[in-house]
Amino acid sequence: MFQLFRKSENNRKKPMDPGNRQILVITYAFVLIFILLIGYLFIYTQFYSEDLISNPYNKRQDLYAKKVVRGQILSRDHEVLAETETDEEGNERRVYPYQHLFAHAIGFTSHGKIGIESIANFKLLTSDVYIGERLRNDFAGRKNPGNKVVTTLDVYMQQVADVSMGNRSGAVIATDLKTGEILVLLSKPDFDPNTILTNWDELNADQERSVLLNRATQGLYPPGSTFKIVTALAYLKEHSDPDDYAFDCKGSFTYEGNVINCYHGIKHGELDFTKSFAKSCNSSFANISTQLNRRSFKQTCNELLFDAAIPSPYSYRQSTIPLKSSSSIGEVMQTAIGQGKTMITPFHMNLITQAIANDGILMDPYVISGIYTAYDDPVKETKPSEFGRLVGRSYAKKMQRLMEEVVQTGTATKLKDTVGYTASGKTGSAEYTTDKSRSHAWFTGYAGREEPKIAVTVIVEDGGSGGDVAVPVARNVFDAYFGRY
Amino acid sequence: MNTIIIALSRYLIILFMLIYTFECFFVFRYPNEESRKQIYFRQNLWMFFMLLTGYLSLLLTLKDLSILWFFLMQMVILAAVLLLYHYLYPYANRLILNNMCMLLSVGFLILTRLSHAKAIRQFSIAAFTLAICMFVPFFFQKCKVFNRMAWIFAAIGIFSIGMVFLFSRVINGSKLNVSIFGITFQPSEFIKITYAFAVAGLLYQSATFRQILISAFMAGFHVLLLVFCKDLGSAVLYFVVYFCMLYVATEKLYYFLLGLVFGAVASVASYFLFSHVRNRVAAFIDPIATIENAGYQVSQSLFAIGTGGWFGLGLAQGAPKTIPVVEADFVFAAICEELGVIFGMCLILICVSCLVMFLNIAMRFHNRFYKLLAVGLSVMYGFQVLLTLGGVTKFIPLTGVTLPLISYGGSSVMVSLITFSLIQGMYISVKEEQHKLRKG
Repeated sequence: MFQLFRKSENNRKKPMDPGNRQILVITYAFVLIFILLIGYLFIYTQFYSEDLISNPYNKRQDLYAKKVVRGQILSRDHEVLAETETDEEGNERRVYPYQHLFAHAIGFTSHGKIGIESIANFKLLTSDVYIGERLRNDFAGRKNPGNKVVTTLDVYMQQVADVSMGNRSGAVIATDLKTGEILVLLSKPDFDPNTILTNWDELNADQERSVLLNRATQGLYPPGSTFKIVTALAYLKEHSDPDDYAFDCKGSFTYEGNVINCYHGIKHGELDFTKSFAKSCNSSFANISTQLNRRSFKQTCNELLFDAAIPSPYSYRQSTIPLKSSSSIGEVMQTAIGQGKTMITPFHMNLITQAIANDGILMDPYVISGIYTAYDDPVKETKPSEFGRLVGRSYAKKMQRLMEEVVQTGTATKLKDTVGYTASGKTGSAEYTTDKSRSHAWFTGYAGREEPKIAVTVIVEDGGSGGDVAVPVARNVFDAYFGRY
Repeated sequence: MNTIIIALSRYLIILFMLIYTFECFFVFRYPNEESRKQIYFRQNLWMFFMLLTGYLSLLLTLKDLSILWFFLMQMVILAAVLLLYHYLYPYANRLILNNMCMLLSVGFLILTRLSHAKAIRQFSIAAFTLAICMFVPFFFQKCKVFNRMAWIFAAIGIFSIGMVFLFSRVINGSKLNVSIFGITFQPSEFIKITYAFAVAGLLYQSATFRQILISAFMAGFHVLLLVFCKDLGSAVLYFVVYFCMLYVATEKLYYFLLGLVFGAVASVASYFLFSHVRNRVAAFIDPIATIENAGYQVSQSLFAIGTGGWFGLGLAQGAPKTIPVVEADFVFAAICEELGVIFGMCLILICVSCLVMFLNIAMRFHNRFYKLLAVGLSVMYGFQVLLTLGGVTKFIPLTGVTLPLISYGGSSVMVSLITFSLIQGMYISVKEEQHKLRKG
C-alpha cells in the first residue's frame, strides 16, 4: 500500500496537488491507529482473554462441555479428587471419590459451580492435547479429553482436619506460608457432591446450618481474642519500648464508664505486655486500647486488609471493622479485644498469620499448582509470588515472640511439647450472642522446624474456649504435616 | 460426514478470508489496473468459496433448507453487481467494488446465523439500494451542480436532525429514529452524506477565514443538534470529519490541532454533563466491575471474542445472542466469536484497505470539490469503523455506531452503499475524462 503512494508520485514527477500532503497525513494516522487496534486485539486474545473468559458471567463455558470431556482434579500427590466417568451410552457423570471431604474446596458442577470446579471451569473444559489429535477428534465427532487441574490440597491433612472437627461446625485452613499454597481448606458441615443433584433442594433449604456456605472464606465471625494480634501490633508501632508496660488485672477494667471483663472473670494479676498477650487478658488490652491513637490503629487494620480486597483464589466475603477516628472509647475498647462489630473470615485470619510468620511478607495464596493435558504435559504451572508486605520486618519479629509465648506459657500450652517442630499462635473465644457463656473457639498460628513453615487457622462454632477446643485440632493438623514433610 | 464438513469449514473460511485479505494488499505490487485484473478476479473466487463453505456449514448445522435459497439469491445479486459494473463502468475501481461485495456478504453470513428474518430484511434493503446505486456514477457524471448546493445540503441536514430532536422518542437514552409512513429510519445516517457535501461545498473554492467561520458555524450546528439528541457517537463522527476536511482545505496543521484541543475539551465537558458518558467510561475502565449494569455489553462482547479465540467456535456453535444488540453495534464480537479473531483481523484489514483506497482516490482528484468530498466520505467511513471496532473490543470507550455494510440496520447499510458508490462515481468520472483526454 505504501508502494502505491511512491509509485503514483514517481509517475507524475510533479509537485503534489494542494491538500495531498494533508491527505497522506490523515491516511498514515488512520493506518497507525488501526495497526494499534489490531495489536491490541492480538494481545487481548493471546494473553488476557483466558483469565477474563473464566468469569462466571460468561455463559459460553457450557458450550465447551459439548466438545470436551471435563478434566480431572487432582490432589498435590496426584490422587483423583474429581473426574468425569462416561458410560457406554455416552452419558457423563462427575465423580468425587472422597465424597464429602472436599465438598467446599473442590465444589460441584451442577446448580452453579463453586470451588475449584468453578475457579478452573474453563481450564477443565479446555483440551490442550496435541493439535493433531484434537483435529482428529473434531473430524470424528469425538470429544477431546479436558485438561487436568493439579491442586495444592493434601488429602491426608484434610482427612486429619476433618476427623478432628468431627460433627462440629466451623472451618480449618492450613497454608504453606513460604509459597502461599493452600494445603487444607475444610468447612463444616459439609455435603456429598456426588449426590448434590438429588439433595439440592434439601441442602439449599437448610438456612440454619448453611451447609453450602464455604465458611473458610465466606463465613464472617467475630475474631475474639485473635484480634489482639492486630491490637498488639498497633501498640508496638506506637510504643518503641513495650517492656515499660505494666498492668494489674483484677478481672475487669473500667474506663469512662465502660467495663470490660476478662474471660470467665479470671484475675490475671501483675502483667507485662508479653504476658498480657500470652494470657489473653481482656482488661489489660482494654487498657492498652485507651493508649492507642485511633487513626494509626485504623491504619494498622487497613494494612492488614480489613475493609479491603484480600488475595484469595476462592470467592470470599470482605472482613469489616467499624473503627473510625470518631469512634467512642467504648467502641475502641470492644474492638481491641475482638468483640464489638468487627467481623473476619477464617481465611483472612490465616493470611494475617502467614504474613507475621513470614517476617511481614504475604505470599499470594493459591490452590491450583498447575494445569496439565490429559497426557500430563504441562500447560501452565503456578509459580509462588509475593502479594506484598503487610507488616514491617521488625514488628513481625516482635509479634512472633509474643505468639511464641502464647504456646509456652499462655493459652495455647496444648501445643507446647510437640515433637520435631515448634508452634506459635493466638487463641480466641469469641462471644457471638448475648449469652456470655457461649463462644466460638479460635486458634490461628504457625509452626516450623527451624523457621515458620505452615500456618493453620481453626474455628469451631460454639466450641467454647479456643485453647481447649481449637488448639487440639490445629495440633493434629501440624502433626500430620510434620509427620509427612 | 457432516461433522467433518462442519469442522473443516471452520478452518477453510479463515483460509479463504486470509488469502482474500492478502490479495487486497498484494495487488499494489502491480503498477496499473490492467495487470491487477487477474487478482481481482481471483478475489471474487475466494469470496465465493468463503460464502459457499460458510452457508454449507450453516445449512448442515441449522438444517434449514431456506438457507440454500438465500445463498443462491445472494450469489445472483453479487454476480449481477459485479457483471453490471464490468460492462457499464469499465473504469470502476475493482478493489473497492470487491471489498464492498465482500463486506456485504460477511454481513449477510453472520446475520443469517443470528436471525434469518433480519438477514432477509437486510438483504432486500441492500439489493434495492444496490440497484439504485448503479445509477450513482452515471448521475454524478451528468450532474455538475452539487458543488453549488452547499446551503441546500446544509438546510436538509439541519432540518432533518431538528425534526429528530423535536419529534423522536428517546430509546436507550438517545433520539435516533423517525417514522414516516410506517417506515422507521435514522436521519443521522443519511445526513452523513449531505453533511460531507455541504462542508465540501463551503470549503472548496477558497479557505478564507470568513469562509472557514461560515463552515464551522454550519458544522457546529449539526454537531450541537446531535448532542441535543444525545447521539454522541454521531456527534463525534461529524466533528472529526469536519476538522479533517478543514485540514485538507486549508493545508494548515494548526486547524487540525485546534480541532484536537477543542475535541478534548468537549469530551471532558460531556463526561461531566452526561451520565451515560460517565457510564461508558466506567465500563471502559473496568467492564467486569460494572458487569451488572454499564459494563454488561462490553463484558459480554469481550467474553465472546475471548471465547471464540483465534479460530472461533464455528458458525452457529457459539452464544453470540448473550450480547445485547449483537446484530447491529456488536456484530464484530459475534464474528470473532464464531469465525475467529484471525477472521476478525482480516475484516479490519479489508476495512483499512477500503479506507486507504478511498483516500488514495481523493489524492488523485484535481477537482477540489471532489477531493474534499472524497476526504469527507473516507474519514466518515474510516472513523466510524474505528469507533465501532474499538468500542466492541474495549480499545476505546463504546460509542454505539454501526459497522458499515456489515451491521444490521437499513439506514446504515443504505448509506454505506451510497458512500461507496459516490466515491466510485467520482473515480469513474475522472477516469473517463482522463481517457477522453488521452484519446483526444
